[in-house]
Order: sequence, then structure tokens, then C-alpha cells
Amino acid sequence: MTLDTTEPLLVVDDLAVEFRTDEGVVKAVDGAAFTIDRGEIVGVVGESGSGKSVTAMSILGLVKSGRRVRGSIRFRGRDLGTLPAKELRAIRGAEIAMIFQDPMTALNPVVTIGRQIVEALRLHDKKMSKSAARDRAIELLALVGMPDAAARFRQYPHEFSGGMRQRAMIAMAIANGPSLLIADEPTTALDVTIQAQVLDLLKVAQQETQAATLLITHDLGVVAELADRVVVMYAGRVVEQGDVTTVFTTPRHPYTVGLLESLPRLDRDVDELHPIPGSPPSLLSPPPGCPFHPRCPLARDNCRTDRPELRVVGNGTAVHRTACHYAEELAAVPTEVTG
Amino acid sequence: MSDLRPSLDTPEVAAAEEVVATETTAAVRSQRRSPLGMAARRFRRNKIAVGGGVFLLLILLLAVFAPLIAQQSPTAVDLGAIRRAPSGEHWLGTDASGRDVFARLVYAARVSLLVGIFAALLAVLLGTVVGAVAGLFGGWLDTVLMRTADMMLSFPSIVILIVLAGILGPSIPILIVSIAITTWPTTARLVRGVTLAVREREYLHAARVAGASRGWMLRKHIVPAAMGQIVVVGTISVAGAILAEAVLSFLGLGVQPPQASWGNMLNDAQSLTVIQSMPWLWLPPGLAIAATVLAVNFVGDGLRDAVDPRQSGRS
Repeated sequence: MTLDTTEPLLVVDDLAVEFRTDEGVVKAVDGAAFTIDRGEIVGVVGESGSGKSVTAMSILGLVKSGRRVRGSIRFRGRDLGTLPAKELRAIRGAEIAMIFQDPMTALNPVVTIGRQIVEALRLHDKKMSKSAARDRAIELLALVGMPDAAARFRQYPHEFSGGMRQRAMIAMAIANGPSLLIADEPTTALDVTIQAQVLDLLKVAQQETQAATLLITHDLGVVAELADRVVVMYAGRVVEQGDVTTVFTTPRHPYTVGLLESLPRLDRDVDELHPIPGSPPSLLSPPPGCPFHPRCPLARDNCRTDRPELRVVGNGTAVHRTACHYAEELAAVPTEVTG
Repeated sequence: MSDLRPSLDTPEVAAAEEVVATETTAAVRSQRRSPLGMAARRFRRNKIAVGGGVFLLLILLLAVFAPLIAQQSPTAVDLGAIRRAPSGEHWLGTDASGRDVFARLVYAARVSLLVGIFAALLAVLLGTVVGAVAGLFGGWLDTVLMRTADMMLSFPSIVILIVLAGILGPSIPILIVSIAITTWPTTARLVRGVTLAVREREYLHAARVAGASRGWMLRKHIVPAAMGQIVVVGTISVAGAILAEAVLSFLGLGVQPPQASWGNMLNDAQSLTVIQSMPWLWLPPGLAIAATVLAVNFVGDGLRDAVDPRQSGRS
């Protein structure tokens, strides 16, 4: 197979996913588009219901009860939407692996950690002998910083702390040397102190495997810490994307500005937090035009009718895109969140 | 570990218990408990279940070593000595054809256990596959399979058994198949229930994400999750199958003389005179059936409590 090295590892193009419910059609993802290069860490941020997780599950072709109505997902030049189920299964877990939010429920409670990693290995390499898989599993556990890996190998998930379980999950995810790791809120279920460790570990795992990472989170701090680029999603659409520093220092979408302003900060004397007014729109009947207009301080008449498309902004050195008609006004007024 | 042996009444349980045995020793060594190890501990604490198991082991030994235990042939007809009362020569007397009742009782254990174990195994195997497939695939396949199961359950099974035995003719393989056909729906429903519960678990989703096929998920997650309950139902099914064999053989539709089974031994005892004056003809096989079925049920209850302590009747 010839690999098109000019094309990014993953190309999500105009992806739209709908769910049919009793109340109507929910447009969970509505025209999401972004790319991930080899070895790159891309953070996808957005509120609950912004379509981040559905986008991730679409990449794996595992959207339960939802339908992809538009768009394509190309991985290493192959359209994942047209692959037969068997080839898709061969990609899942081997080339694209996932780290789950809650490591307690994502592990089978009555099977030892070691066996679960061994199974993950042998699922994709049927010829691997049990002892080879065992050695590799212990090696992986050691790699993710599991003290006394050989003893831990024989333990059950309930004998692990939350952080250790997440380490085991990461070991399992990188077991088959994936080229794309999807981490869905990998630190949300953990204590703050453990979060930092797991983030460090994600970095290590990323360096070890050279895997590109799609980091789904609502935590801008996590993105700032880990990601090279950030994709901001709102109401099933990408509203802004660019490299982390550019987006965080010079945001060009009012939603991103709102997200950054709503963060509590320790380095500045702020009397109160500034939440974004209003709430995310219903995806059953998204507002016409720009989905953010009901909450946007910059909204004009054409925001209510014309849907803004992603366009390049800034000086063009780093590709920074936003979907806002009035992005330049944000540029004119230096935002307070710089830093 | 010897007190674990008793429930070697089905190869399935035997296999499970061997695992239990090895896992317990391993668990003791590492001061760690596996789910199987804990279940084995709970089972061993249950005196009634262990007693039932010991009894079953004795019956099993009796069946296996029948030629050594019974000095007489179970089929040797002696028309000069029919319906003789128990004596030194014939410990349990002789039947209407002058055959030694003790020898027949011992050899009949072979037939009863064989039919009981294999019918239960077949039913459990069929039920597990049907239940897991129905639960995992859902949709019309689920509907078709489960409505079939409902239909089987809504017929009086004895009628089906009689009809099947009548059509296919009486023989041990047919007996096993027909008993299995009438009992698989119980396992199917159980396994389907477990499958539906496990299917929604996050770890199954994780398995799917890791590229697992449905077959793999069945083998690695669903069947193991249901295994405890499958073993329990399988054990209880053995009791049902032994009873079914006895009923059919009693009615003349099961094991055919001269081969002995506990059921067709009772067949000889259909007249009032026999019941009133020749208890050696019907009491031993009757007691054997009752005691064996009871012992199997004790073991089954013990296994259920061991596998799922929440269902235990005791506090």
C-alpha cells in the first residue's frame, strides 16, 4: 500500500452525524472538519454536547444508533466510512486506540489486568504466543510507570487505584503501537494530583509510540499543557482551530474568548468569574445562521441568518481558522485573556 | 481440595472445579483471591452442598466401577428364580425375569447419570449459544430465537418428550436429544439476560473500540460473565434430566429392557401386588432416583450461593 505522505494522518472532512430520537433529529455533529498530522497532539475542546465524543466515535465507526449523513473520515489515505467491517476491526485497537474517561468501568472487573492487556495484544496478533504476550504486557505496565509490574499483572482492577487503572488503560491502548490515540476526557474521572501524573504519562506514551493524539476534553488547562493544536467545537461545528499558543493568546471566535474568560485564574486578581451567558443551543433545532449568535456579544443581523464558514485569520504564519463573521473586531480589541 | 471433588457430576463442573482447585492454591500462595477462588471457598463452607457432592461422587464411582461392585450380571435371566426376596445371593432380590436387582440398580446408575449429564450438557450448550446470540445480535434474530424458546417453555415438556420418543423411537441418544430440546430455553433466557446486561457495560464498548468482533466478545466477556450461572443451571438441569429419563423409561419410551435404568426398573412395579408385597423391586430404584436428584439439587443450590452470594437464602 502506498501511503500518501503529503496527506495528514487523519482528515475529518465536513462530518455530520445525526441521531433520530422521538422528539426529532439531533444534529450532534454538523460539518466538523479538522486534520491531525503524524505525531501531533490535537486538543478538541467544547462543552458537553458540542459533539466532541461523537466525532471521536465516528472516527472509530462506532456511533451507537447515530448515522453519518455527510462527510468523510480518511485515515492514512483510506476512507474509514467505506471500509468493510473486518478491516475496520483490524484498524481499531491496532492503528487507532482509545483511552477512556472512566478506567473503572472500561476494564472488566473479573479479569486480571494482565490478562486484559494480553487479550488486547493477541486480538491483533493472533500468532503471538501467550508467554510473549505476557512479557510484553509486563513491559508495557512498567513503561507506564507501574511499580512492581509483574505482581500487578496478576491483580484485578479493584486492587488498583484510579490513577493506576488509568495507567493500565494507557498501557492497553499503546499495546499495539497505534499511530493515532484518542483520549476521551482521560483525566476527568481522576483526582487533581493524579491528573498531572496521567498527563505526564500521556506525554511519555506519545513520545514512546510517536502516535498522533486526539485529546478530547473540556479542560483548557489540559489542552494548554499537552496539545500542539486546538480545535474548538460548539454545537457540533468547529468554530475555531489553530495552534494552541495562537488560539489561546489571540482567540478569534467570541466563543473561545468566552471559554477563556470563564476560567478561574490564580495568576490574576479576579473578583468574579465570567461565565458565557445563556446555554448551548438545542441540537434538535439549532439556531439559524451562526449557532453561537444567541449568546454572542458581537451578534449582528447577518449572524442570525448567515452561517459563518471556517476561514483563515491572523497573519497567516500559523494556520489559524475561525468561523466568525466579525473575527477582525476581536483582533482590534486586544482581549484580556492574553498571557 | 478433596472435598471439592463431589460435584464432578458434569464434565463442565469438573473443568470449572479443576480451575477452582488450581486457582485456590495459587490464591492461597499469593494471598490473593480470584472470583473463582472465592466461590470455591463459599461452596466448601456449605455443608449440605458438600454432602450432596460426596453422595454424587459415590454414585459416580458406583457407576464407573459397576462391574467390580455387582457380582451378578444385570441382564442374566434366571426364570427359575423370579421375584425372589433379598438374600445372600441376591442382595436386593430378583425381578420378574429373575435378574439380580442389585446388579441392575448399580448398572442403571450408569444410564441415569449418562443421560442426565449429557442431556444437561447439550441443553446448556444449545441454550448458551442461542441466548448469547439473541442477546448480542438483537433485532429480528432475538425475536425469532426467544419466541421459539417461549414456545418450548409453554408446552408441557412431558408431552413433547413422549411425542419425540414415539416418533424417533426409544434409544439413549434420542432420549438425550429430546430432553435437551425441552430444557435449553431455560439456559437461553438466562444467558440472554446476562448478555443484555454485559452488552451495555463500558468494558464491552472498550473491547469494541479495541477491534473485537462479536464472537470474541462472546468468548472473552459474555460467556465468562454468565459461566457461574450457566454451571448452576446446568447442574439443576442434570436433576431434571435424570427425572425425565426415569419418567420416560417408566412409561416404556426411554431405556429399553434388558438394559437397566432406574426408570424402567420402576416399570416392573406397576401392579399393586408388587407395590404391597415386593418392595425390593421398586424401593431401591425409587430411592436412588430421589436421593440422586436431591443431591444434585443440593449441589446446584450450593453452587448458586457460591456464585452469587446475594441470592443466598441464609443471612
